Amino acid sequence: MKIEGRIWKFGSDVDTDAIISARYLNQSDPKELAKHVMEDERPGFFKEVRTGDILLAEKNFGCGSSREHAPLALKAAGISCIIAKSFARIFYRNGLNIGLPLLESEEASKVIQDGDRVRVNLTTGEIFDLTQKRKFFAKPIPAFMQDLIRDGGLIPHLRKRELKKKE
Amino acid sequence: MLKTPPMTITEKILAAHSGKKWVSPGELLDVRLDLALGNDITAPLAIQAFKEIGLKRVFHRDRVVLVCDHFTPAKDIPSAEQCKILREFAKAYRLTHFYEMGECGIEHALLPEKGLVLPGEVIIGADSHTCTYGALGAFSTGVGSTDLGAAMATGRLWLKVPESLKLVYRGKLNPWVSGKDLILFTIGAIGVDGALYQAMEFCGEAIQTLPMASRLTMANMAIEAGGKNGIIEPDEITLRFVKPRAKKPYKIYRSDREAKYADVREYDVSKIHPQVALPHIPSNVKDVREVGKIEIDQVVIGSCTNGHLDDLRVAAKILKGRKIAPSIRLIVIPATQEIYHQALKEGLFEIFLAADAVISPPTCGPCLGGYMGVLAGGERALATTNRNFRGRMGHVESEVYLSSPAVAAASAIKGRICHPEEVVKKKGFQGSRIQGAK
Repeated sequence: MKIEGRIWKFGSDVDTDAIISARYLNQSDPKELAKHVMEDERPGFFKEVRTGDILLAEKNFGCGSSREHAPLALKAAGISCIIAKSFARIFYRNGLNIGLPLLESEEASKVIQDGDRVRVNLTTGEIFDLTQKRKFFAKPIPAFMQDLIRDGGLIPHLRKRELKKKE
Repeated sequence: MLKTPPMTITEKILAAHSGKKWVSPGELLDVRLDLALGNDITAPLAIQAFKEIGLKRVFHRDRVVLVCDHFTPAKDIPSAEQCKILREFAKAYRLTHFYEMGECGIEHALLPEKGLVLPGEVIIGADSHTCTYGALGAFSTGVGSTDLGAAMATGRLWLKVPESLKLVYRGKLNPWVSGKDLILFTIGAIGVDGALYQAMEFCGEAIQTLPMASRLTMANMAIEAGGKNGIIEPDEITLRFVKPRAKKPYKIYRSDREAKYADVREYDVSKIHPQVALPHIPSNVKDVREVGKIEIDQVVIGSCTNGHLDDLRVAAKILKGRKIAPSIRLIVIPATQEIYHQALKEGLFEIFLAADAVISPPTCGPCLGGYMGVLAGGERALATTNRNFRGRMGHVESEVYLSSPAVAAASAIKGRICHPEEVVKKKGFQGSRIQGAK
């Protein structure tokens, strides 16, 4: 599976309150949440981001609360993939569970710049910066999680398993 | 017969819940869950996920717990709708444990109080502070809504065995130092991702003297160092807390002496004084005597971190016979209805009211900028809560400082962040001496 888009670069320790503030958590419609995604961190982000764009961050992206509204809002805003040096663990689970690919690469996180166009091959973990003409490799996603992503997330994965049981 | 290699308490609990004799860090397990928890923010999405799987019942109706605590009593119509989703689900699926209002409280204070979480168990919750129950010697971790939905359906969840980080606290606690100061100090020392994906095992003689409330506070904030879980081996203090509450059997696990740790860090607590985390990250920690003159607008004493009865008692001890500074708004939030009732019976409310504090019903409310004390632009709060991210308690241009209840109460009186000794001149009490924690 291949993804191509513009890079939106963020720093270290971007917390889930910054991704989607709790003042919007009195409901859980991804489209509504998307309107406020990164609102305090980067005003106007939702208006500028285009479907397929890629988010890039430094260490510990998505730290703080367990709100799945954070990856949901990013996904609904059009973000197709997140590349970071590292992810906070609950955010990592949540991203993969809802079918939002997350890739870890320290080098890519350092070198790729805001606004660069980047192509990602999820199967191989290859990240190609089309602007800088540079190639990076992300840490491979564990095989069992690749199954989850292939099925479209944890719930479709489980549904498939339940259907199999019935057969 | 080959002897089983040594394991940590975290590894032993995970092994026992996945039908294995031995597990090691990095291993992916399909783990049997004792309890799955959701709240009014995370459960609506989890219920949606659960329904998509297409099962007719939850894995065990006594083992799925739903708590309305974040925006309750409902702050607005959408929040009321969220609670309604939980209420109707609990009714339709005949859940034994659905809590709101009357006998409710903040989930992470409520579950230990009701004996719903016990030593040796595996608990997951769609709330990052689910790691709190590690204070009882359980494996307990936060997940997202989809994981909760899957857990409600299957009673199982995939988990990676974390490496363990051993944190040893030696020596005798200084006056006014509590579990909150120890955990803030630790987060300051290792950073907000210092224990990323790891089990934080708190031990040492200083931990052994800590009352339950302080232990719950420490495990609660493991997530603020990126930890997967925080854990403390059960001892006499744990059992004194657990025995009268437990309604089912439980098992005590302890780390083997030769167990492997990713790292071992030792702290001499006699060098630790009350701590404050400055904006906008919980690792920006300083000794309270070194923060300088920081005037504040609001003080919040409460939350899953520090809304325990012990916390209110410490605050009352300092506030007794005094008034808060005229410029300060002080909000006291007992974490559960039981704590609320007990505080009332002990006369703590008299002290708070006489000091000009406002007492709120149990709610997460202001901690996450929900309601019941959100901040305006440019305002500054000192809170006993767990996070001080930018805009956490309200306006994006507001500031949150984190501290213990003792520092918070003293600072409310002074109108600026201060050491409790500035208010209570004579020798203070030691955090470890307060017993009877809830």
